[in-house]
Amino acid sequence: MKVGVVTFPGSLDEVDAQRAVTIGGHEAVELWHGDHDLKGVDAVVLPGGFSYGDYLRCGAISRFSPVMAEVIEAAGKGMPVLGICNGFQILCESHLLPGALIRNDHRKFVCRDQRLRIENTRTPWTSAYDEGAEITIVLKNGEGGFVADDDTLDRLEGEGRVVARYLDVNPNGSLRDIAGISNERGNVVGLMPHPEHAVEDLTGAGTDGLGFFTSLLESTFA
Amino acid sequence: MARVVVDVMPKPEILDPQGKAVLGALPRLGFSGVTDVRQGKRFELEFAGEITDAVLAEVEQMAETLLSNPVIENFTVRVEQSA
Repeated sequence: MKVGVVTFPGSLDEVDAQRAVTIGGHEAVELWHGDHDLKGVDAVVLPGGFSYGDYLRCGAISRFSPVMAEVIEAAGKGMPVLGICNGFQILCESHLLPGALIRNDHRKFVCRDQRLRIENTRTPWTSAYDEGAEITIVLKNGEGGFVADDDTLDRLEGEGRVVARYLDVNPNGSLRDIAGISNERGNVVGLMPHPEHAVEDLTGAGTDGLGFFTSLLESTFA
Repeated sequence: MARVVVDVMPKPEILDPQGKAVLGALPRLGFSGVTDVRQGKRFELEFAGEITDAVLAEVEQMAETLLSNPVIENFTVRVEQSA
């Protein structure tokens, strides 16, 4: 599959994301925030970083970039979209995902190998995992506290849309230990930790993150 | 020239870690009596012409779309009289 990775001004992890896409068995396509088309990609990754310097609110400016208009439209038609960290913030600002991400409750930037439980394997990004799989990937954020009102949280839980949950410690004050969620249809997934940094033995916490990028194949042929 | 001010505040039920940091710093600096601090943002929008109801309606839209995130923040819009 052709998987687009968007670079915004201030993105950090687009190269790692492209690399992860390739290792996952796909063709990585570079997309630019100013692009008005998605170059025929089958899926899109919004990478981590500090797009637009996190000015105003994380993801608030990126959400109105030309490429996001295309991403929002494609997501509405069912295209798989994965937002990692800043990408998750952009998806929330775009209202493709409910809730918001606020400054960590302890106010410090956190960078650690984080254990997670994959709770929803019905998304195109997580189908390679066994339900309940416990994985360790890198988490690094300053504003990663997931918040939403109780009704929204209950709905997310009730509909099985909590994709991943923090284990051992809650690193940023996210409500109900939520690390990642999906939209109603399941094609749009936002995740605060970074699977793209855990796809090779050489670096990072191992290869537990690779499933996010191999899942696309499985869901296509499922 | 006329100015419209938009104040954006985190909703009461949303944790405000920055406000808490300020609250914690005040007694260390010898200031007492403050029981809570919430930190928000203030936007000053300058307009060339008169502030009409239509302009204010548009500012409301700006505040709702870009200046605030309605999921976590409330905002107020007011015209600031020039001195």
